[in-house]
Amino acid sequence: MPAVSSPSESSLAATAPAGVIHDIGYRPYAGPRLGERAVAWALFVTGLRNCFGLGRSGRSKILPMGLLGLMLLPALILVGVLVQARQLLGLDEHIVAYSTYPITTQLLISVFVAAQAPALISRDLRFRTITLYLARPARRTTYVLVRLASLTVATLVLIGAPLLLMYVGGLLADLPLGRETERFLAAMVGAVLLALALSCLAALVSALTIRRGLAVAAVIVVLLVSYTMVTTIQGISMESGHEGVGEVAGIFSPYTLINGVQVFLFDSPAATPTPPTGTGMGILYLVATAVMVLGSVGAMLARYRKVSG
Amino acid sequence: MGVIETAGLTKRYPRVTALDELDVSVADGVTGLVGANGAGKSTLIKILLGLVPATTGTAHVLGHDVATEGARIRSLVGYMPEHDCLPADVSASDLVVHMGQMSGLPYPAARERASDVLRHVGLAEERYRPMGGYSTGMKQRAKLAQALVHDPRLVLLDEPTNGLDPSSRDDMLALVRRIGTEFGIAVLVTSHLLGELERISDHVVVLDSGRLLRSSATTDFLHKTGSLLVEVQGRTDADRLLGEALAAAGLHVRGTEDRMLEVEVHDESTPDVVRDVTVDLGLGLVRMQERHHRIEDVFRDGGAGSVQPV
Repeated sequence: MPAVSSPSESSLAATAPAGVIHDIGYRPYAGPRLGERAVAWALFVTGLRNCFGLGRSGRSKILPMGLLGLMLLPALILVGVLVQARQLLGLDEHIVAYSTYPITTQLLISVFVAAQAPALISRDLRFRTITLYLARPARRTTYVLVRLASLTVATLVLIGAPLLLMYVGGLLADLPLGRETERFLAAMVGAVLLALALSCLAALVSALTIRRGLAVAAVIVVLLVSYTMVTTIQGISMESGHEGVGEVAGIFSPYTLINGVQVFLFDSPAATPTPPTGTGMGILYLVATAVMVLGSVGAMLARYRKVSG
Repeated sequence: MGVIETAGLTKRYPRVTALDELDVSVADGVTGLVGANGAGKSTLIKILLGLVPATTGTAHVLGHDVATEGARIRSLVGYMPEHDCLPADVSASDLVVHMGQMSGLPYPAARERASDVLRHVGLAEERYRPMGGYSTGMKQRAKLAQALVHDPRLVLLDEPTNGLDPSSRDDMLALVRRIGTEFGIAVLVTSHLLGELERISDHVVVLDSGRLLRSSATTDFLHKTGSLLVEVQGRTDADRLLGEALAAAGLHVRGTEDRMLEVEVHDESTPDVVRDVTVDLGLGLVRMQERHHRIEDVFRDGGAGSVQPV
């Protein structure tokens, strides 16, 4: 059959309106309408993607993706060294412990949280997009909790990714499976707690201002200044023999606090000069963590109750 | 039962009473809500959405109580805020899809609906650009699109023509009219400009300092005044000639600023008399129409001095 159209066919094609969009009028929607759970999930996924710049402008991908790369780089090098030099140096465990990795990279984590919490929280207040959310079925409590969840999981990805890389690398280097798994899981519990504490604090600070730049600076100051002051006090207290002061000071920065919790709960290697000693101090660390997280969530909910849209 | 029913609705803030014993009933079609800035329009809308509790009184939207069924109401109602509410670094397409999902539409349906409503509001290729670079007209269209994406049964449009130039304003008003008629969605549209609502509303509610000043069908406002507006041409002093001839025929005639004549209607034969006299004089009859009041005339008489006419 030759692929040649008859003259009548081609003239028909020429007269047929090509590329014209017909106004088919307004079509009502008769499909399903999902409940609050599905709405919350959609909000969570969008928020998580936005934290890494996905679904936003190309420029907003640079910082979070770059930080994720920088977080993974040391872990990659450590694993490389471990695999190459395990026999040579007689190593039978990771050069840097899982539990101390987040505190070693705390600057990167702080910058990530300080950049993304305002992007997620202050943005809706600044552009007043919050009005559009409040005018939809989900309750404002749901909005606040879902926003916190997105930020927490994004931070967890940042903290947990290098730990996972170290874990997999360690197994490839023939480190004992049982011991590594135990240490890795303990470190992941710590990562979850750290992500939660950092996100809640940063979100609260971001919710107090509608100026994004101000929020970024405020979160940086809160996280970095508290960490610097705590480590300074801990250093002095250890030198001067007042370890108790340093132990109490440790609860005032999320990084030293969560590291202390890991030391207390899992006997992980400490990353601070004065980790909590004794059950009483350990429980104080646990309570401080709970207060930090729940207090921030409570303050967030109270803050949003005043937002009228 | 109307689309919106309020009874004794009152909202008091510590310093000011925003709404005072408001009894309003809104039916299908387009309803205009008029009032000066601060008359209580936005407060009323927030109460209707269940976002702000009323101090006393009740309000029902689509048969649901605003005090207890806010979430249900918000799933059936679309809201276009007066103020800017668009994130600068997101495209209209992405925002409208997301807001569709926030109203409970599954993602594929939200995408399809978003594409549909963006076409209806007239956002073409620019829907894929970040909204920070939009003109005011484009922003208003995007705001309207997000209010329509979930196919609501009622939309609350707060000052949709705010900040628009005359031609964009006409487009927006035509669109609002289409929503109320073709789309079959009830519309409550606020404005501080009466002339706008006169053109598109079936019904007008006037608020003044939180109180109901008047609520009537637009046609009631535009009742006949009992006079004819006549325009003739053919000679330079055509209107004066005709005026004298009509006065001689026993009609009350008054000249207008733009060289037309306003003729009082005695009975059904008055238009015929005007026609015949014009023909006898050899003039051309350009126009003869019943003269209507405009809404603003009614309110000027009614004493709503704080309402600005167009």
